Amino acid sequence: MEPGRRDEPHTPAPTLYPIGFAAGIACVLVGLIVSPRLIAPIGGAIAIVFGFLWVRDATRDYRGVPAPVDPETRREAGVGDAPAVPAHHGEAAMPEPEPGERFPRSTFLEASTLGVGVIIGGLVTVPVAVMALGPAFGKQGKHYVDLGPLDNFPEGEWRLATFFLDPGLGEVTRRTAYIRNNGTLDSEPSFTIISNRCAHLGCPVQPNGPVFDDQSKDVNTGGGERIKLIKMLPAGGFGCPCHGGQYDPEGNRTAGPPVRALDRYEYAIKNGHLILLKTFSVSHVDGTGKDATIHKYRLAGPGQHIDGWEQIFYPLQPPQ
Amino acid sequence: MAVAPRSRKSVRRQRLEAAVNYPLDWLEERSGLVGGIRYFLFRKVPGDVNWMQTLGSATLTAFIVQAITGVILAMYYKPEPQTAYQSIQHITNDVTLGWLVRGMHKWGASLFIILMFFHMARVFLFGAYKYPRELNWIVGVMLLATGMLEGFTGYLLPWDQTAYWATVVGINLNGTAPFLGPFLAQFLRGGAEIGPDTLSRFYSMHMLLIPGGLIGLIGLHLYLVVRLGVTSPPWSKDAAGMEPTTNGAGPATNGRTGLTRPAARGTLRRNGGDGL
Repeated sequence: MEPGRRDEPHTPAPTLYPIGFAAGIACVLVGLIVSPRLIAPIGGAIAIVFGFLWVRDATRDYRGVPAPVDPETRREAGVGDAPAVPAHHGEAAMPEPEPGERFPRSTFLEASTLGVGVIIGGLVTVPVAVMALGPAFGKQGKHYVDLGPLDNFPEGEWRLATFFLDPGLGEVTRRTAYIRNNGTLDSEPSFTIISNRCAHLGCPVQPNGPVFDDQSKDVNTGGGERIKLIKMLPAGGFGCPCHGGQYDPEGNRTAGPPVRALDRYEYAIKNGHLILLKTFSVSHVDGTGKDATIHKYRLAGPGQHIDGWEQIFYPLQPPQ
Repeated sequence: MAVAPRSRKSVRRQRLEAAVNYPLDWLEERSGLVGGIRYFLFRKVPGDVNWMQTLGSATLTAFIVQAITGVILAMYYKPEPQTAYQSIQHITNDVTLGWLVRGMHKWGASLFIILMFFHMARVFLFGAYKYPRELNWIVGVMLLATGMLEGFTGYLLPWDQTAYWATVVGINLNGTAPFLGPFLAQFLRGGAEIGPDTLSRFYSMHMLLIPGGLIGLIGLHLYLVVRLGVTSPPWSKDAAGMEPTTNGAGPATNGRTGLTRPAARGTLRRNGGDGL
């Protein structure tokens, strides 16, 4: 406000409600870390109250009686010093429509132009959109990988297996799984097959323990699938190099940012060969080895919650 | 239209000027482009503009460098898993000055993002986001988002270990978005697993889809800058919000009409174009 400068108050008047709203939001964010049960709801309440007051304040002029607006005035043509608009310029050339007169032909042309435009636009847009967005709804996590004879997996030992999900596409589809032969359960072979995709953001987890590169074995199961099995001893479980997520040997999260346990592979035994089937997600595992109880969920992406209240954010997954 | 004859000028000079002006006049008469460019380049700005206000132009320059070097790189780059890394090595080691153009594109990308943030800080600290320029701030935020999408999609293209795993993490970050995240991640990957389709998809987005949007948004951004005028620095003697003096012929054309606020709600004056 500077006197003599004909300054006027700002419209709308300065208000403190946005600051209160921002403080509430800040309180929610801090509360989510410090105390989600107490501080965060308080912050939410503050934000809601101030947000309401802010919106009410900001829309005050629109809710009440509208501010009077001076009617627009215009001099009559030919009166005063303004020259008359020539008949062939501007709107004067258009005859005034008779009261109640309609223009069915121009309305029809308008509608038909619009309609034809929509049809052409749709004909072009729909296939383009389907092609671009189609992969978003494609199947995920379905594989069939032959890992070779069961003899390569001695009971009670871990093997690091690398294989191609799609040998035709080559190196880019190379994946790693950590496999342990648990012996037999009800006279059926039991395996623990853990995916190396971190449950945080998908980096490759590494065994916390020795990997005996000199005790590796190449297995050729035909079809050009080169499978490598390396003996390893993940005594300390698994760890992720990217952001430090830690897991125990069963894949349970023990520390760091992951939201659940490591994913696992379903498997089958066919002609004495170990076959990897589709992947599934695991919230946690009780017990170890063949006696473990695996809390199994359908495959979810890294970082997506599958249990707890946060699972409400991921109700839908691409088909499997 | 033609050059006004002046006795001072020699005949040769007059002929030369006529020769230069003829194509310009020809173009101006048929398109108005010369006047348009003159209007764009020789706008009135406040007398106390600051060097900080060149950051927007600097960002635009960085974008133009990215566009030109990107087009040249695309002449040599091969977006296939088997060839992408080799083609980058070829550009860096074999192609004449390829190392330089690739370096300009790689480091210029960071420069572009950094300049956007500096420009944004300048606009914020000068209060240049306020009425009537809120929309231009919003367009600027969209430019920031699309610029960072360019960074995200371009990072995969070298197809080395850093690129691959950074993109794995980046896609999975998108995948943690509520509700649509899992589908968004599959859309970005072009399927369930990262693979050849991911690379070509990112390549297409990086050099066709997002730059198109970026160029359109830059056009809108500049249009609003021209329409609304340039702000004075906060320490300017001419306080924003001051009523412009009028002489009965409409608002004063002090080149800063965009700064004035409406007298009251409901009687919005048209801002921007001088004397409109």
